[in-house]
Amino acid sequence: MAFLRCHDVHKDYMVGTETVRALDGVSVAIDRGEFVSVMGPSGSGKSTFMNLVGCLDRPNSGRIELDGERVSDLTSDSLASVRNRKIGFVFQQFNLLGRTSALDNVALPLLYAGVDRGERTTRADEALARVGLADRAQHVPAQLSGGQQQRVAIARALVNSPDMLLADEPTGALDTATGQEIMRLFQALNEAGLTVIVVTHEAEVADYARRILRFRDGLITSDSLDEVRDVAV
Amino acid sequence: MSLFELVRVSFDALRVNLLRSVLTMLGIVIGVAAVIAMVTVGAGAQAEVDRQIESLGSNVLMIRSGSRWFGGARTAAGSAQSLTVEDTRALKAEIPEIAAAASANRGSGQVVVGNMNWSTTIYGIDADYMIARNWELAQGREFEPAEFRNGAKVALLGNTVVEELFGAGNVVGQAIRIKNVPFTVVGALKAKGQSFGPWDQDDTIMVPFKTAEGRLLGKSTHRTGSVRDIYVSVGDADAMDFVEQDITELLRQRHRIGPGEQDTFSIRNMTEMVEARVEARQIFNMLLAAVASVSLVVGGIGIMNIMLVSVTERTREIGLRMAVGAKERDIMLQFLVEAVTLCLLGGLIGIVVALTITVGVAEIAGWPVLVQWPIVIIAIAFSAAIGIFFGFYPARKAAAKDPIEALRSE
Repeated sequence: MAFLRCHDVHKDYMVGTETVRALDGVSVAIDRGEFVSVMGPSGSGKSTFMNLVGCLDRPNSGRIELDGERVSDLTSDSLASVRNRKIGFVFQQFNLLGRTSALDNVALPLLYAGVDRGERTTRADEALARVGLADRAQHVPAQLSGGQQQRVAIARALVNSPDMLLADEPTGALDTATGQEIMRLFQALNEAGLTVIVVTHEAEVADYARRILRFRDGLITSDSLDEVRDVAV
Repeated sequence: MSLFELVRVSFDALRVNLLRSVLTMLGIVIGVAAVIAMVTVGAGAQAEVDRQIESLGSNVLMIRSGSRWFGGARTAAGSAQSLTVEDTRALKAEIPEIAAAASANRGSGQVVVGNMNWSTTIYGIDADYMIARNWELAQGREFEPAEFRNGAKVALLGNTVVEELFGAGNVVGQAIRIKNVPFTVVGALKAKGQSFGPWDQDDTIMVPFKTAEGRLLGKSTHRTGSVRDIYVSVGDADAMDFVEQDITELLRQRHRIGPGEQDTFSIRNMTEMVEARVEARQIFNMLLAAVASVSLVVGGIGIMNIMLVSVTERTREIGLRMAVGAKERDIMLQFLVEAVTLCLLGGLIGIVVALTITVGVAEIAGWPVLVQWPIVIIAIAFSAAIGIFFGFYPARKAAAKDPIEALRSE
């Protein structure tokens, strides 16, 4: 039973008066514990795919199931709840709240999960420790390096114990060495059992994953898993 | 998310932009302070005027000997003595609504005690005067009927006169000289403490009507029994208008004034005179309060303006909050609570400012401080309402954002 299953997913966007087909029938299944890279040129549909898988948007047609739950036709409030419980987001620009301590940034998802203040602090501390920033809890983003900020963002993604981590160009704003550090962190988290999906256009970054999905013109044009199967056959 | 958490989140947001928050609040602070200060100062002034009216005597009509025609030139009111003590008696006897009718003549003169002297207003009064004008005794007694009858040389002193001549203490039995005539003080009047412009009501000496007539005010200008002013107090305030008419009719009859001829007296409703002034002041106050309310609305628009800027500025933050699980309702409430918090804080500061102003003004003007608690409560409720009203649109705009677009924005 796949953790994430997309079946014939279509998504159109209106750009001005023109309709742009972003996804044109995508079907894919991702198991629990996989580490997947999503690659493709801009406009290939990889970002749209991430948004749909991340429950930030709904497809025009097709079916998306997450952990057995059909999320493709949930209300926006239910989607918010799914995002809160099952998905951790990591962004290229970190998206930390300025003038807010690392601890409070990390604890933010728990606020919307209805966790009380004491437990929020405990769990945020734990999450910060997992990314190696236990001693930076009271620092505000401006006092942290880019790599540290991204670690705080990862701690925030981890704090509500999600099933899946979605990272959109997580190394895009970092230098190569720091980027590698972040990717190794993802690797470590994946080895600990977390499903990780990383969108990137850098081949070195994609290589950290065990499976690579390539997008072009709204379709998955290659899936490394198939190649492995092909070789096996 | 609980309301408490929401308030905490909005406080954090306001703290992050402290200067902007304070400046935004200022509009509400000024609006609320202005409204409350106007209403409270107005109420203090009103109370002051009420006290003035009371000090004049309740429901008092003053009838003054009117001016007469002297070959086309009119002399000042009161200069021709057309009223008499018989008129006073007739008024009291024939108009049942009249509770008290008092004759009074007025003059001025020097009062001497030892080496102290004071120039004051001297009233020759009859028995009803104290009642009609609402005077009360601080010490001693009123004049006795025999003293009125015989024109005894006794006097009642107003508070100012007591202070000027004796300082303080018991003045009953003291000997004084009024216009060089020796008098005995039988009592002192309670201070009314009210003055109308330069006229101090407490700067007065009262002597029996007959005494004043004979010895103090002189016969050259006053025929015996002629009266300058008649004070009439009416039992029922609603009866004032027709009592005034009755008095006019009765006096015209008694003075044999033919139809179309000029009255030889004038009637003034003293309460009305003061009330007219009050009304003018009240209208002025209401106008100021209206202007102040406008500033409150302007303050509200300022809040909306800043909230809209804030929503636009924090689009990414909104996107992020949505991505980590905030529902539309959470975002909407966050911004709404932020706007209401701004307004309520502004309102509370405004109240403090208003009370400071009120106490200051009351101190300077010598008015009582009458904090209008209902207005204070209304002001708080109103500033919260402004927060909700002007915060609603920005909050809805924030909540309606698409998380993907919001996350992508700069």
